[in-house]
Amino acid sequence: MDTSTHSPSQAPSAATPSVSLGNGESRISRAKDKVKLKAESVDVFYGDTQAIKSIDLDIFENEVLAFIGPSGCGKSTFLRCLNRMNDTIDICRVEGRITLDGKDIYAPERDVVLLRAQVGIVFQKPNPFPKSIYENIAYGPRLHGLAKRKAELDDIVESSLRRAGLWEEVKDRLDKPGTGLSGGQQQRLCIARTVAVSPDVILMDEPCSALDPIATAKVEQLIDELSESYTIVMVTHNMQQAARVADRTAFFHMGDLVEVDSTDNIFTNPQDQRTHDYITGRFG
Amino acid sequence: MTLSIEQRREHRLTTIEKSLARRHRKENGFRRLGLAAVLAGLTLVTILFASILTKGIPAFWQATLYTEIHFDPEVIDLPPAPVREAGETPYAFNERHTQWMTQVGLVNWQSLIDASLERALGEEVEPRQLRDLRALVASGERYALRDRFIADPSLLGDTVTIKMLAGADVDVWVKGNIDRDLPDARQQLSPQSRAWIDVLQDEDVLRQSFSTALFVNTDSRSSLASAGLAGAFMGSLFMMLVVIALSVPIGVSSAIYLEEFAPKNRLTDLIEININNLAAVPSIVFGLLGASIFIGYLGLPISAPLVGGLVLTLMTLPTIIIATRASLRSIPPSIRQAALGIGASRVQTVFHHVLPLALPGILTGSILGVAQALGETAPLLLIGMNAFVANVPGTPLEQSTALPVQIYLWQGNELRNFFEARTSAAIIVLLGLMLSLNALAIWLRKKFETRW
Amino acid sequence: MSNLALIAMLLMLMALAYHLGLTRSRAVASHRDVRLHSRPGYYGTLVALWCGLPAFALFLLWSLFAAQLVDTLVVQQLPVDLVASLSDRELQTLMRRIAALADGRGVAGGGSPEELAAAAHMARLETIGQLSLAAVTAVVAVVGLVFARRRISPHWQARNHVERVITIALGASSAIAIFTTIGIVLSMLGEALRFFSFIHPADFFFGTVWNPRFSSAGAGAQGQFGLLPLLWGTLMVSVIALLVAIPVGLMTAIYMAEYASPWLRSVAKPIIEILAGIPTIVYGFFALTVIGPFLSMLGDLVGINIRTTSAMTAGIAMGIMIIPFVSSLSDDIITQVPKSLRDGALGLGATKSETIRQVVLPAALPGIVGAFLLAASRAIGETMIVVLAAGNNPVLHANPFEAVSTITVTIVNQLTGDMDFASPQSLVAFALGLTLFVITLGLNVIALVVVRKYRQQYE
Ligand SMILES: Nc1ncnc2c1ncn2[C@@H]1O[C@H](COP(=O)(O)OP(=O)(O)O)[C@@H](O)[C@H]1O
Ligand SMILES: [Mg+2]
Repeated sequence: MDTSTHSPSQAPSAATPSVSLGNGESRISRAKDKVKLKAESVDVFYGDTQAIKSIDLDIFENEVLAFIGPSGCGKSTFLRCLNRMNDTIDICRVEGRITLDGKDIYAPERDVVLLRAQVGIVFQKPNPFPKSIYENIAYGPRLHGLAKRKAELDDIVESSLRRAGLWEEVKDRLDKPGTGLSGGQQQRLCIARTVAVSPDVILMDEPCSALDPIATAKVEQLIDELSESYTIVMVTHNMQQAARVADRTAFFHMGDLVEVDSTDNIFTNPQDQRTHDYITGRFG
Repeated sequence: MTLSIEQRREHRLTTIEKSLARRHRKENGFRRLGLAAVLAGLTLVTILFASILTKGIPAFWQATLYTEIHFDPEVIDLPPAPVREAGETPYAFNERHTQWMTQVGLVNWQSLIDASLERALGEEVEPRQLRDLRALVASGERYALRDRFIADPSLLGDTVTIKMLAGADVDVWVKGNIDRDLPDARQQLSPQSRAWIDVLQDEDVLRQSFSTALFVNTDSRSSLASAGLAGAFMGSLFMMLVVIALSVPIGVSSAIYLEEFAPKNRLTDLIEININNLAAVPSIVFGLLGASIFIGYLGLPISAPLVGGLVLTLMTLPTIIIATRASLRSIPPSIRQAALGIGASRVQTVFHHVLPLALPGILTGSILGVAQALGETAPLLLIGMNAFVANVPGTPLEQSTALPVQIYLWQGNELRNFFEARTSAAIIVLLGLMLSLNALAIWLRKKFETRW
Repeated sequence: MSNLALIAMLLMLMALAYHLGLTRSRAVASHRDVRLHSRPGYYGTLVALWCGLPAFALFLLWSLFAAQLVDTLVVQQLPVDLVASLSDRELQTLMRRIAALADGRGVAGGGSPEELAAAAHMARLETIGQLSLAAVTAVVAVVGLVFARRRISPHWQARNHVERVITIALGASSAIAIFTTIGIVLSMLGEALRFFSFIHPADFFFGTVWNPRFSSAGAGAQGQFGLLPLLWGTLMVSVIALLVAIPVGLMTAIYMAEYASPWLRSVAKPIIEILAGIPTIVYGFFALTVIGPFLSMLGDLVGINIRTTSAMTAGIAMGIMIIPFVSSLSDDIITQVPKSLRDGALGLGATKSETIRQVVLPAALPGIVGAFLLAASRAIGETMIVVLAAGNNPVLHANPFEAVSTITVTIVNQLTGDMDFASPQSLVAFALGLTLFVITLGLNVIALVVVRKYRQQYE
């Protein structure tokens, strides 16, 4: 395997001010140089089968990083390592080292509650709680005691919904169940729910795969806006989507991180044959 | 008014950290609560079994006298037993036989026992102490002696060592189930009887021996020490036979119909809801049904295992139907489609392909249903199966009781310190039977377990 | 000819019919050189069914009515004045004597001339009856056989006919469940209405005193049949039982589903489920010999006098009995809450217990409420535990440490001993049973609807 393509010390390559993308949309990239999350030779096992093989990866502050790769190659598994969601799977075992702001997130003294408040996650299938829209958003802040007064909580709910671009659509029915929204709205609700805790990093596991194109466009726009102030790591199997929203893209294949580079480079000038095959549609 | 993201993050981390300790304490508390609940459940099972086993196991052994009985021809003064002559009507022979039996019954069998005890004690017992002496032996033993003689009249004149159950009070005393320091007035045995017990124990005439009476005798009111489970066991057996013969075929048939043939319409829905509700109807209601319809309306005999079996059948049906349906449902549709695809009819598909695969599940469900029926008490009380029955029933139409009902009857007996143990022993027998049935079901399930 | 011989004869005829159908259909097939609609076995079965079914139906009808018919004929033959002079019970005794004489068992004293004559008549009638039954069934069987055999042709859809019979038989089996329910409702309604002809329904449903007296003492309708003390006792015991079972059962389910190691789960679950298989009479005995004395010992420690049999004793035992019921139902329901909801809460940084309490349980609430309702219905209908351990004291009072009586206990009390279906003392059992049935049915229906709704929510 060609490891040189994703050396951990590699600098962010999105230095050009504007990137022209497939759909003609243009986007200002931000300067990013601070490493937010760092994975060092991470292995993940489900029972005896290895799902992730010795991955090294740096994730920079306020970048949008996309994971692409054929289904079953370990994208979700790796993503879930970043906020220890894999802890909830009995047979899953993670080895290696992952740090957030330089501190090991798998260290024994590390508190997952705190970690997950810093690294939020949005899932493939929208999973609003069977509670009102308001309660869905308020759940995280309440849990962590982030709002002292009702007014504060109202404020958090409103700003989170605004951030998720959902406020105008739901402000008159905050007391209606969140499960009554459309699929796209539900997913944005889930994003707003995550945002309400003000995490540093938001992980998204194929957030649009259950949505129609219009809802997908809305969520993509939202990701773009969020990337101003959040580090976003998203899994997608849709290469156009990666091209549209990601600053950098990482290609996974059978548990290996084959290469990671600026989205442009990955799509125009892949270093690895497997990446080339994948983006040209030979497999996946 | 809105805080910036950075401000919020700063604020957030410190706030969360402050509350973490409290939240983890709560988490641990909750987890311990759960563990406590599980442990409570386990402890209760343990206490339940421990209390029943510690009480019941000793009752499988019973104070028994091994004495030499002399079949004294002076006491047993009888003509030879009648033999049926040719041409005699059954009725006439019955008359003669009854007469002879009456004579046998008039023999003073008790005096044979008295004499043998006197010999064992090595002392002459005065007539006024006879009561104390007779308290030592279960009062039913004189009939056992009589029956022994009837079975083998050649014993006349012989001296044989015979095993006789000691009286219930003796058993209680020997096992220490009554406080030995209680004043005489509150003891069940007189001081003289107690003294004799010590003598007999010293001479090893009185010792603990495995209680076959518990298994071969029927219930008894006059001779408490010899009360046994045989009648109740046969009653339960007959009922279970009725239940198996009726509820399994009917239950399986209706499950097959509902699962494989029934059109999806209101009527089927109704039957379905109805079965679910029947499964939750209190068992005593089935007893009322039995009392009113089977006994009151159809005039079936009271206290009969047949009626008990019918009532329990109706009660068990929903269980078996539900289990069978679940079992049928677990057979993947692909099997049906494959069979239908090669031209088999619906009926052939079901009987040749689906049913054999569902059989383990059906068997398991049926066994569990029968085990449940075996332990049922309440409905049987309402159809008279709590009557005192002194004979082992020979057919499902004869009066009978059942194991759980026998437990009910024994636990209510006045002689608590004897019957508490006896009842526990009966419970052990019942639970043993039920556990074996359950084990059989589990074994079947394990043996035939298939993953689709 | 005895019934057994008759059945054997019919079975043999059916076997013959099967064989004839089989050979005939084969012959038809080879003779005309055509394909039969069905395999020969089906023709055989169908001919056997034609032969056996009508004959057996006839036989059953006869068995149901023959004895009555013979009795009626014999009674008609008896001297009219003799019959007129006898009471019903005496007539029954007479008939029993005649029957004993007729089948040769004989009676003491040999029987009067009228009895002997009647016995001879009865014996004759029975012989005639048996012979004619044998003849008629045989004829019906043979006619069916011949008819069906002659119909055998390649076009006759034998398999479809056989399968129709099978399907109808299966359908008839599933109708039995319906008939059971109808039987329950009708029998209880009928007897309860008879009870209400003695006692006004308002006095029953709203009466606060339960004192039925004894029918044998000729009390008749003088007793007081107030339901409320019994209902109250039932409620008290059930509430105590639920207070024991719900926390323990629910927490057990939660711990097993969310926390327990696979090892603990595999060991503890079956052990706790053992509690579900134990007969209730055993719980009653346990309550009486362990729980009751334990409570009264506790009472002595605190200095209050607690009876061994009380609402508390019965309630605790019943609670123990329902623990596995509550826990397995809750377990089913909790594990049905999708993992995605849990992940949602955990991903926000909720602890496990927060996830369970704030997300899983609220999401599972309808199902859990359904489970509790089913448990409540169990508790209300439970009999043996309360019969043994509740103390049978049908008085309105609020002290759980005192004896109470319940609906089920009273049903048992009123119906055991002399069963006299004509006195309100016995009939009240059916009114109580009906009340019990309606209460538990209501709870079950609500519970099933709630649980079903809940299931659909996550399908
Ligand atoms: N909960 C699990 N238990 C066992 N194996 C799993 C589990 N989740 C994923 N896997 C396995 O790990 C590998 C990677 O899966 P995943 O990370 O979900 O792939 P992707 O998201 O790239 O499609 C797959 O082979 C999958 O079968
Ligand atoms: Mg995935």
